[in-house]
Amino acid sequence: MERILIKPEVCIGCHLCEIWCVVAHSQTKDIIKAFLHEKVKASARVIVEEKLPVTFALQCRHCAEPDCVFACISGALYMDAASGRIVHDSEKCVGCYSCVLVCPYGGIIIDRENKKVIKCDLCQGLENPYCVSRCPNGALVYADPEKKGGVMDEPNV
Amino acid sequence: MYSYLLPEFAIERKTERCIKCRVCERQCPLGGHKYDPDLDAMFSCEEVCVGCQRCAVFCPTGALCVRPHPSQYKLNFSWTREKLQDLKKQAETGGVILAGSGNDKPYKVYWDHLVLNASQVTNPSIDPLREPMELKTFLGKKPDSLEIDLSEEGFEIKSELNPNKMIELPVAFSAMSYGAISYQAFLSLAMAAREVGTLFNTGEGGLPLEMREKYGGNAVVQCASGRFGVDSEYFNCASIVEIKIGQGAKPGIGGHLPGEKVSFNVARNRMIPEGSDALSPAPQHDIYSIEDLSMLIYALKEVTNYTKPISVKIAAVNHVAAIASGIVRAGADIIAIDGIRGGTGSAPKIIRDNIGIPLELALAAVDKRLRDEGIRNKCSVIAAGGFRCSGDVLKAIALGADAVYIGTSALVAMGCTLCQKCYTGKCAWGVCTQDPYLAKRLNPEIASAKLVNMLRSWEHEIKEMLGGMGINAIESIRGNRDHLRGVGLEGWELDVLGVKGAGE
Repeated sequence: MERILIKPEVCIGCHLCEIWCVVAHSQTKDIIKAFLHEKVKASARVIVEEKLPVTFALQCRHCAEPDCVFACISGALYMDAASGRIVHDSEKCVGCYSCVLVCPYGGIIIDRENKKVIKCDLCQGLENPYCVSRCPNGALVYADPEKKGGVMDEPNV
Repeated sequence: MYSYLLPEFAIERKTERCIKCRVCERQCPLGGHKYDPDLDAMFSCEEVCVGCQRCAVFCPTGALCVRPHPSQYKLNFSWTREKLQDLKKQAETGGVILAGSGNDKPYKVYWDHLVLNASQVTNPSIDPLREPMELKTFLGKKPDSLEIDLSEEGFEIKSELNPNKMIELPVAFSAMSYGAISYQAFLSLAMAAREVGTLFNTGEGGLPLEMREKYGGNAVVQCASGRFGVDSEYFNCASIVEIKIGQGAKPGIGGHLPGEKVSFNVARNRMIPEGSDALSPAPQHDIYSIEDLSMLIYALKEVTNYTKPISVKIAAVNHVAAIASGIVRAGADIIAIDGIRGGTGSAPKIIRDNIGIPLELALAAVDKRLRDEGIRNKCSVIAAGGFRCSGDVLKAIALGADAVYIGTSALVAMGCTLCQKCYTGKCAWGVCTQDPYLAKRLNPEIASAKLVNMLRSWEHEIKEMLGGMGINAIESIRGNRDHLRGVGLEGWELDVLGVKGAGE
């Protein structure tokens, strides 16, 4: 199963993943329109965690044993049987934020405007997750964690 | 003191494109961009901008344009803007002005006045995509004559051979130490050299222990005037040992790695206390003559049990040919000559811009002198300093070089934009810095792939050019100046270069 793997040792903290996540979830998929002209501005589902010099981008890990799904009171969060992705059905979400409380990674983000939550959908329907393909330094990798490690094999400083 | 300096660069922000994502603010290590939350607006601070173009490249909407500042003093061909600004800087600081990278002054670039030959009618050109083309280069002393025993089983070389290092193409990475450049940049060079089958050079910063086994076979290790990081394992893990006498960017002066760049790991590799300045003296204090140099060369040969070629690197200066002759007679297997356009992490600007001679002339003079004296085979010549493309490389080889060192080109391939602020340790591209937040901007996997790509494209280009000349091995053009012609050169220049004018 392919997941977004993070490589903090080469994450440069530019936050471009957040920018492109907004574009990926915008109406037009055009960066300038998404930020300057769309009436409803999309939100990023990835957050760059920073404690300089360490930085890394974190989004929903799509856990195999998802606490958020177990905690969800309305059935809005569920695991897609075929792909193993954790899917959020916004229609069913009642905004109780139980999932936000239990997620050990902080991967679920509160959407204050709509009183719901948003989370990484691995850019469903798009070619590749935007944050991965737009990362300028290869700090995000879309790969099967069983097959490829998330760390460099070279010694690091 | 109120500064009278004009900003060097202007930062233009197209507001209709700017989405205030603050990527520019985060990417600039100098504080060139600021977001104001009260006004929800981005502002620029042009005084600090060094024109490295990091923000412009990373701006996701192409909203930024960084260009030379339009503010001008009255035009004056003698008192240029640069001269005026330098005077003002010195008046404000009382210090020596530092600079990084190589000489940027408009001295004649002889490569741009030399053209290569090609075959037409009288001999056929070769298509390198269809026929084998040999770029393999052997660095080290060659025997005066070769005795071969031919028998039915094959052949046996009877002459005693000296240690040589084979590289796949006549291009190696020049000395850039871990400390001057980041670990990531240093590792990228090593990874690329290993993949392509060429050499990287440790400079005077030692070779990290964890890299020795994997990358030692592609390493040239330097023994320079500060003797940093030097011990017998360091010499023995490498392919070539190089004695650094001088550097093209700063002939005659030593080095100074400021304490701020001497991090724990840099200190460990250099075997000096963390945070202390690493001062390399101007001369090697045990070398005041050719005889002294010979003693060090043979000391290093003893240490490595006569298994590795010993190189001596000098800056190109007056009488370079005589100096080179002395170096060969002192026992060196390789001479590296670094010309006036050679790069540096830090040098006094006045030295970088005014001292030394162009590599092209030095190389031609050295090759001729060694041939005239019948000792050209006793050493390989590596040319260094300002190689920008494969054309320059091939011209250097035709002038007599065995191989070339590239430093600046390699850094540019990794991201460097020649903003010349290496000495500040705040390289926005993660190349020339020890700040962990900045250094990780250089991903060794990506940077080494770029270096490999660059070397491979040069390899293809060199093969194409050789094929055009009807030559199928780099050996056939080495020192073959008949394949060069000068354009726009004066008589004395053609004489020194040993080439004819175009049309002759």
